[in-house]
Amino acid sequence: MPEALLETRGLGKTFGAVVAAEDVSVSVAAGEIVGVIGANGAGKTTFCNMVTGYLTPDRGRILFRGTDITGCTVGEATAAGIHRSFQIPQLFPGLTVYENLLLSVGVFGHRRPPWWKPLVRPEIQEAARRVMEQYRISDSAETRVDRLPQGVRKLLDIAMAMVGGPAMILLDEPTSGISTEEKFDVMGNVIDALRSSGATVLFVEHDMDVVGRYADRVIAFREGRVLADGAPQEVLENPAVIEHVVGRRPPRSSDA
Amino acid sequence: MTALRNIRPTTAGIALAAAVLLGLWPLLPAWAAHTAAVSLGGGLVALGLMILIRFGLVSFGQGLFFAIGGYAAALANQFLGITDMLVLSVAGITAAGAIAWALGYIVRGHRGIFFAMLNLAFSMILFGILAKTVALGSTDGFSVGVPTLLGVAPGPEAGRLTFVLFGFIVISSALVAWIVDRILASPVGYAGQGVRENELRLRYLGVSARGAVHLAYIMAAKLAALGGVFTVLLIGHVTPEDTAYWTKSGEFVFVAILGGAGNVAAPFIAQTVFELVRTFALQYVPEAWQMLLGITLLLVILFLPGGLWSLVDRLRGRNA
Repeated sequence: MPEALLETRGLGKTFGAVVAAEDVSVSVAAGEIVGVIGANGAGKTTFCNMVTGYLTPDRGRILFRGTDITGCTVGEATAAGIHRSFQIPQLFPGLTVYENLLLSVGVFGHRRPPWWKPLVRPEIQEAARRVMEQYRISDSAETRVDRLPQGVRKLLDIAMAMVGGPAMILLDEPTSGISTEEKFDVMGNVIDALRSSGATVLFVEHDMDVVGRYADRVIAFREGRVLADGAPQEVLENPAVIEHVVGRRPPRSSDA
Repeated sequence: MTALRNIRPTTAGIALAAAVLLGLWPLLPAWAAHTAAVSLGGGLVALGLMILIRFGLVSFGQGLFFAIGGYAAALANQFLGITDMLVLSVAGITAAGAIAWALGYIVRGHRGIFFAMLNLAFSMILFGILAKTVALGSTDGFSVGVPTLLGVAPGPEAGRLTFVLFGFIVISSALVAWIVDRILASPVGYAGQGVRENELRLRYLGVSARGAVHLAYIMAAKLAALGGVFTVLLIGHVTPEDTAYWTKSGEFVFVAILGGAGNVAAPFIAQTVFELVRTFALQYVPEAWQMLLGITLLLVILFLPGGLWSLVDRLRGRNA
């Protein structure tokens, strides 16, 4: 196995009496597309939150490119090259799609944004337009994002997470709230765009068809622990995974 | 809601407005010139609030920095004998900037009503201190001498508001408005939109939301202080009640909302409207002037939720 881009060793996180993560040790190689599955409450989002610095693990270490980043802030994780998208899209609701990207591209990575030069410059506008084309959302450029259909919102959320060209991207349920017909379109778009950027992808997903189709490798979580980790076929056919994850119908996540 | 496209450099507009005001000086009756100058001073405070509003924040205690500016200038004048308006302005801005920098570490982690009320609390503390300090005239305050500029002193028969002071206020306000306009169009200004619209996303874009709020807070404080300096130089007197009291802070919020956050000119226009309504209402319906102001604000909120400036946008056909 090539050297790991991301490696967690014995990650643990407890909220009161709930153990959200217990001894989570996983390793993701550069260029991999890893699917993460698990029932609600299995610790998938907690894992994303810890890796991106939103939550500090109680136990264990996180290594990124061999460097210990345990306990870093969101800003530091972003600067290191780990970005994420959200289960509920995190957009700037009062602005249009184009303005969302303009803002994202213009302020990205400025811990202390500069105040002396205008943000709207030709190269920023060009970059924002390029992102819209890449994710095929140019048609909605002038639509305020609080009026967008869910599929476009999800795409924009991922597009904004990809601003700055991360080495690794965590997608938290990229197809949740999207109709079954649209799912493969959206995911196909996203995976194409991500592949061409060369980013390593870890995506949390409830739809096993999506996981089976796009993941190179699957990690199954259960009650904060890694239940199985391996090739998609192998994991999806693992009896324990079938019993605890696949066997039950994927819950219809509402995006309220 | 202010669309991003509306942040545009309005250099020419600002220069034109300043030139018109300076050119009108010989024609303006004394009261009108005074109203214009006072409106620029108050408008600067509201301009600072406008920056905070762009960040989704409101301060109910901007009188704090208005008072710090006014008192810093008045103190430098009374106790250090400094009369130069430029030096007094720098003194006011510096004092407010330093205090805002320190207080910023407390307020930058708060949003919404907590941010607003923390500032109210700070301003009330300052009010209490000023009102109890006998050396500063307690609630009566103290007087400020007639200012000079680079050695130019007004003649003994000239009133307080000379062309030098008027010109200084007009040109400094224009310069400051221009700088703020540039800042609003910069990544800092956009980061403010990010704080208002979705702070979580902003953090995941690698921007320190707290740092951006801190910066906006200091900018707003400096603007309020400059407004305080101008006001004190125009009135010739400084008291706690006319600077740090909560009703004064409320007035600034009133003006900022009246104007809207659409353009750097809005707070100045709104402050002028405010001064005019107050002046005429006091004259014709002295018992009911607050009612008139209240009705004015009510009408603006109901029919022009984007403030007076949205009238301009509407005329330009930019409102969707």
